[in-house]
Amino acid sequence: MAHGTTTGVQDAAGPAGATDGPTSGGSGADLGLVGVTKAFGSYLAVDDLTLTVPAGTFFALLGPSGCGKTTTLRMVAGLEHPTSGSITIGGTDVTARRAHQRPVNTVFQSYALFPHLTVLENVAFGLRRRRVPDAVARARDGLALVELPHLADRRPAQLSGGQQQRVALARALVNSPAVLLLDEPLGALDLKLRRQMQVELKRIQTEVGLTFVHVTHDQEEAMTMADQVAVMNAGRIEQLGTPAELYELPRTVFVANFLGQSNLLPGRVREVRDGWVGVDVGGTRLVVPQDRAVSTHGDVLVGVRPEKIHLLPADEELSDDANVVGPGRVTDVSFAGVSTQYQVEVPGLGTLGVFAQNLAGGAQVALGAQVRLAWAPRFTFGLDGSTDASDGVVDLDRA
Amino acid sequence: MTIAAALGSEAAASGPAAAPPGTSRPGRRPRGGAYLLLAPGLVYLLLFFVLPVVALLATSLYVPVPGGDVGQFQPALEWQNYASALRAFWPQLVRSFAFALVATVAALLIGYPMAYVVAVRLRGRQLAQGLLLVLLVAPFFTSFILRTIAWKQILADDAFVVSALKWLQVLPADGRLTATAFAVVAGLTYNFLPFMALPIYASLGRLDPRLVEAGGDLYANGLTTFRRVTLPLSMPGVVSGTLLTFIPASGDYVNAVLLGNPTSTAMIGQVIDSRFFRVADYPTASALSVVLMLAILALVTAYVRRAGTEDLV
Repeated sequence: MAHGTTTGVQDAAGPAGATDGPTSGGSGADLGLVGVTKAFGSYLAVDDLTLTVPAGTFFALLGPSGCGKTTTLRMVAGLEHPTSGSITIGGTDVTARRAHQRPVNTVFQSYALFPHLTVLENVAFGLRRRRVPDAVARARDGLALVELPHLADRRPAQLSGGQQQRVALARALVNSPAVLLLDEPLGALDLKLRRQMQVELKRIQTEVGLTFVHVTHDQEEAMTMADQVAVMNAGRIEQLGTPAELYELPRTVFVANFLGQSNLLPGRVREVRDGWVGVDVGGTRLVVPQDRAVSTHGDVLVGVRPEKIHLLPADEELSDDANVVGPGRVTDVSFAGVSTQYQVEVPGLGTLGVFAQNLAGGAQVALGAQVRLAWAPRFTFGLDGSTDASDGVVDLDRA
Repeated sequence: MTIAAALGSEAAASGPAAAPPGTSRPGRRPRGGAYLLLAPGLVYLLLFFVLPVVALLATSLYVPVPGGDVGQFQPALEWQNYASALRAFWPQLVRSFAFALVATVAALLIGYPMAYVVAVRLRGRQLAQGLLLVLLVAPFFTSFILRTIAWKQILADDAFVVSALKWLQVLPADGRLTATAFAVVAGLTYNFLPFMALPIYASLGRLDPRLVEAGGDLYANGLTTFRRVTLPLSMPGVVSGTLLTFIPASGDYVNAVLLGNPTSTAMIGQVIDSRFFRVADYPTASALSVVLMLAILALVTAYVRRAGTEDLV
């Protein structure tokens, strides 16, 4: 079935391309945004955005609400028109084209299924508009791809949220668009269903090979699914890269805090030697690899991810090449099954978070213990010291 | 009368059905109380709907008192009343439905775009929407008959409209607008336009604009999106609007009396009126009323079945 569906999808790319403009043979097309700006009155929703999404990639636009990610998506779909800049799909400039003239389909956040049509007719809607010969058979294939062939004759109102979500996905996928846009499609699902759909979306994307652009505010969702993630903030892209790159080497405070958690320690650069930057942090010398430091002079923030830190008894001997702070006092221990999360208050530096895997079973350090924190310098990153160290910290009530 | 019949039967049907949910709760005995609350409505319906309809049905079968005066009838079961009434007045009956149909279609063609502009194009601009809705409803501030008399003046032979149309050679030199079928249908269209536009406005106002976006996203241009998404989703409004226009328009006689002529534009309402109040031929008038009620009921039932909008509401 999987193979058959893929073939069907490739065939269907002909008509999509027929709305003039080449699409690269059914496996999606490059999406390019050059200097795209969108202003609503005096409010700049998207600010001079330049971005290339290679054909066939699963691309995530990640950011907090109001960062301009949905507006960007709507401009690609043709539902909003940029104030300036241009949008290309497969090398063709589509900036001036209306939504129905673009080889793009959207899975809407609200699903936007047509309530007066059956599930099957919803899925066949785009195929019928382009006069694809066997629209109904294609629509059935599409429903099979999302594993809902048995619900073809139902109305959307008779489906659960998760089923509606799949129908919306099938309705967009059957058209094998050059670019498939997903606008927080999992936002309305409960946690368990969301995890399941994440895996499924990734499977489908691999299977059909289309270019997916996925908008989300959930950093875990973006990291699980996407090949490439662009972190957006206030209408601009903060950083673009693979999930691992973004996580291991954040280049801005916003990314360091929005993607996972970070310990950021303010300090001042003392020396730059042999590819290493020496930073004075509250009287302690820490080193950062020069190629991992955004700034190599003046005030900087020295960052490290919580799981990179080891907790050591205050009196243990240490090798010289580790970054060590402390001693500090353990103020909180929370056991979370696979790992334990510690909060350690270091005088003069503030509170640092530490994750330790529960390899030996249970928490290894007691509440109130005096510990030192050590980590390998190669995991350290250096950020611009002029930014607020709490930029991008996710509110607890939203996480 | 017919509207009252529709409303009455609806209220009567939903009344008892609404009571059971309350009774199923444990520890309460609301059965008596719930029905007691229904009593005023039931009494009202009995007095002002059921009894008159029964009286009307009975009267339609009466025969004249032998050797009696004009307007004196006695109870009987004279079914021939229906045959003779239909024989004499079928042209007026057919004309009523024809006029009502044309007026309904005209009101739909005028009212839908009005409702669309207010509900969809001006979505979110509440001041403009409010102003236009007030303009739409403003005619209701004047009485129905006064408005129709005003139209009589506007369309009069020596008034501006007729002379302008003559000058433009749209109307021949001896042409006129009043006392024509055109004037009657125009009057019906005008008077019932708000009944058409408001339900459509309500339907379109509930339309999720994201569905229209989804239509565009799925390769439908503006016209196709309207035909495939907007129009089907506004059908509940269209159905209510056409019913609210067609039913009263087919029984209306004010427009026919004031804007038409007594012979070639006479509608059934006019005939019933003159049978009752001028000729005192109560059985014929009653028979025609019953026929009108049943005909409207049949037409409306067929229409609602055909429109099939039950799963949109």
